[in-house]
Amino acid sequence: MDFIVVQFLNGVASASSLFLVASGLTVIFGVTRVVNFAHGSFYMLGAYMAYTLTSQLPRGSLGFWGGVIGAALVIGLVGALLEFVLLRRLYRAPELFQLLATFGVVLVVQDLTLWTWGPEDLLASRPLSLRGAVDVMGRSVPVYDLVLIAVGPVVLAALHLLFHKTRWGTLVRAATQDREMVEALGVEQSRLFTAVFFLGSLLAGLGGALQLPREAASLNMDLAQITEAFVVVVVGGMGSILGAYLAALLIAILQAFGIAIFPKITLVLMFLVMAVVLAVRPYGLLGRPQAVARVGGSSLAVALRPAGSWSKTAAAVVVAVLALSPLVLGDYSMTVLTEVTILALFAASLHFLMGPGGVVSFGHAAYFGVGSYAVAMAIKYSGLPMLVAVVGSPVAAGMLGVAVGWFCVRLSGVYLAMLTLAVAQIVWSTAIQWDGLTGGDNGLLGIWPDDWARGRWVFYLVILTISAGGILLLRRAIFAPFGYALRAARDAPLRAEASGINPGIVQWAAFVLSSALAGVAGGLFALAKGGVFPTYVAIGRSIDALLMVLLGGVATVTGPLVGTAVFVALQDELSRFTNVWRFILGCVIILMVLAFPEGVVGFAARWRRDPDA
Amino acid sequence: MLEVEGLAKSFGGVRAVQGVTFSVAAGEIVALIGPNGAGKSTCFNMLNGQLRPDSGRIVISGRNSTGLPPRKVARLAVGRTFQVAQTYGSMTVRENVQMALIAHRREFFGLWRRASDLHVEEAMALLDRVGMAEQADRSCGVLAYGDAKRVELAVALAGGPKLLLMDEPTAGMAPAERTALMALAASLARAQGIAILFTEHDMDVVFTHAERVLVLDRGRIIAQGTPETVRADPAVRAVYLGSTAPVGASHAGS
Repeated sequence: MDFIVVQFLNGVASASSLFLVASGLTVIFGVTRVVNFAHGSFYMLGAYMAYTLTSQLPRGSLGFWGGVIGAALVIGLVGALLEFVLLRRLYRAPELFQLLATFGVVLVVQDLTLWTWGPEDLLASRPLSLRGAVDVMGRSVPVYDLVLIAVGPVVLAALHLLFHKTRWGTLVRAATQDREMVEALGVEQSRLFTAVFFLGSLLAGLGGALQLPREAASLNMDLAQITEAFVVVVVGGMGSILGAYLAALLIAILQAFGIAIFPKITLVLMFLVMAVVLAVRPYGLLGRPQAVARVGGSSLAVALRPAGSWSKTAAAVVVAVLALSPLVLGDYSMTVLTEVTILALFAASLHFLMGPGGVVSFGHAAYFGVGSYAVAMAIKYSGLPMLVAVVGSPVAAGMLGVAVGWFCVRLSGVYLAMLTLAVAQIVWSTAIQWDGLTGGDNGLLGIWPDDWARGRWVFYLVILTISAGGILLLRRAIFAPFGYALRAARDAPLRAEASGINPGIVQWAAFVLSSALAGVAGGLFALAKGGVFPTYVAIGRSIDALLMVLLGGVATVTGPLVGTAVFVALQDELSRFTNVWRFILGCVIILMVLAFPEGVVGFAARWRRDPDA
Repeated sequence: MLEVEGLAKSFGGVRAVQGVTFSVAAGEIVALIGPNGAGKSTCFNMLNGQLRPDSGRIVISGRNSTGLPPRKVARLAVGRTFQVAQTYGSMTVRENVQMALIAHRREFFGLWRRASDLHVEEAMALLDRVGMAEQADRSCGVLAYGDAKRVELAVALAGGPKLLLMDEPTAGMAPAERTALMALAASLARAQGIAILFTEHDMDVVFTHAERVLVLDRGRIIAQGTPETVRADPAVRAVYLGSTAPVGASHAGS
């Protein structure tokens, strides 16, 4: 009994910080419709800023609380600045571009934080008044936890008053429901948006600052937190603050017990909760259907033409040149070329889902990673021949695709983005946590090709054959009846239904095909690198895939292949010559998105718009 | 062909359709009319499967279709056109029809053969019938609206329907195009013995092409019969004009 109470209190204390971050995310989304990936970065910055302020200010309660509140205010201003400088220019851009831009900010903030505060974890000391412990049913509970437990409801009440008793709050609620109407009534949107960003970022910063005495400020807390915040927001319902609190409680308490009882399955448990909630209530516990159901992918439609005889010849020449390249290229160039070849299949698999399918997956690395771990485990633990092990990768990744796809075809827009992302993060955490099987952070090493394939030419030919085969299959599928049915379901779902097609089933099948081929790419990658690591599943890799597709252009079939080559070359050069490649890559992403906010995508959308619309 | 019995649907407290009963015989062209808010769309969406009725029965070609989803209703040889033309903007005109033929034959999980090589002649024959053969290779996304409506008609015919449900087929079109489109649909239907049930606001179109007219008001059928009898029906005049002037005589097409 005492165990239950103590874990319960522990969970409720964690829920407060989670709630602060999630409520900020949900407020920002509700009004601006921006899914702010950088929100986790604000949380991280909040913790670091609180560290600096509390260590500068005089010790004691006043200094501590002054530092916490000061940090929250600073982060609020940083958020407002971000809105003013960057996001304001992107409100008309497709969701995908907004998300990419905020991810660029994540990268930039990571390197800036590293510069400013260094690589070590920073733990703040608590003021004396908050250091003690209270005896609860024979066990001691830190006083600070009790303070945190109180903070959640206090902030919830404060937000409730703000939104229901002030004119500004009423405007925010109105804008959440219909921002065009609010603008038509003469409210200046830009000021409202900046203010909302200030509030949301302040909440994230406060969450980070308050967490500091419990958890050291570290450089990876941004992505860890944003994933949990996404799950909380999705479970609670986008835009609902009370929903966010309930979901934060649910998830934090579950985690507290999970860590104490089954540490290995905590994150899976979190996913299961989300799955169950979304299956029963697709818009979360207290959410309502989105006012504007704008599916990011639906604007990607453009007429596709199969390759003519000229481009077929060109493709054959490229493949032939690639097949002969081991004769002339050095070892380093071969390593890069192998990587490009494999990642081209990965990008093509994502493009199939995003382009013809109109379903944007923000966590495609999940399938890539599962495929790579499947191959690694098959070779490491079962000693299977290489090619047999490679067959296992699409099976494993495809099975995950079956499960995730089932939910995905029922969701759209932000919910879809968050779900796919959360799944990838959960696979990533599983890879780290389940170290008995996956080798944890160290990964699994010594995954080498069979003896017959060790020669660098033979090995490259194997990689090239399988990758090119996969890409060819995807290309054929785009122009085959299945690809047409997929585009039919994207272009005009009502018409597809009226012709006897089940759009959901078609999209689900595409999801499975795409994840299976991403798995193949992952499996080949494991062989090429001689091992697997959790970074194969990290958010960064999902974003890489999106960038590869977008660089080349979603609307073309060959685009992702060109995009992959450009991207890998760029990243490779950057990481060779500078140690701030994240900063530079982040800036490149932001500039790319700013330079053509409507991009190829917008151009395509304008071109195909209904004449009567 | 189509038998509807005691169909009812409420939204919250609003009883949009209350106990509608009618039938459409094979090859018959029937119009469903009524003022705004009479329940036409609700009624239509129950027939095509988009809405599940609260009570009542829908029988299509002897098969109970009540509560079936649209794709299953389509399998009962029911073709459909939408109030706002629904075509696949990323495909050419011909591919739109080919897609419908592929769907009808349940071939849409094929991964290898080119979809644009399948059923070419049949697709061209259908496009020829709606007068769109010359534009077969144009992208559907750039068509004039009236042409998109014609393509949609060809798509609806691709499944070899016995019944065509047309929701405001001439909405959004120029007056001259309207009669032409409905005349085309009616002549194709007569040639192949296809029954048509359509809703329509344009009384000229209704009285020119419908063999029988059903009048819906506040969720109930208040009159039905030949255009002449309906036009003369005092209840219908009251609903439409609040007076006794003949319906469609003065404000048609306005």
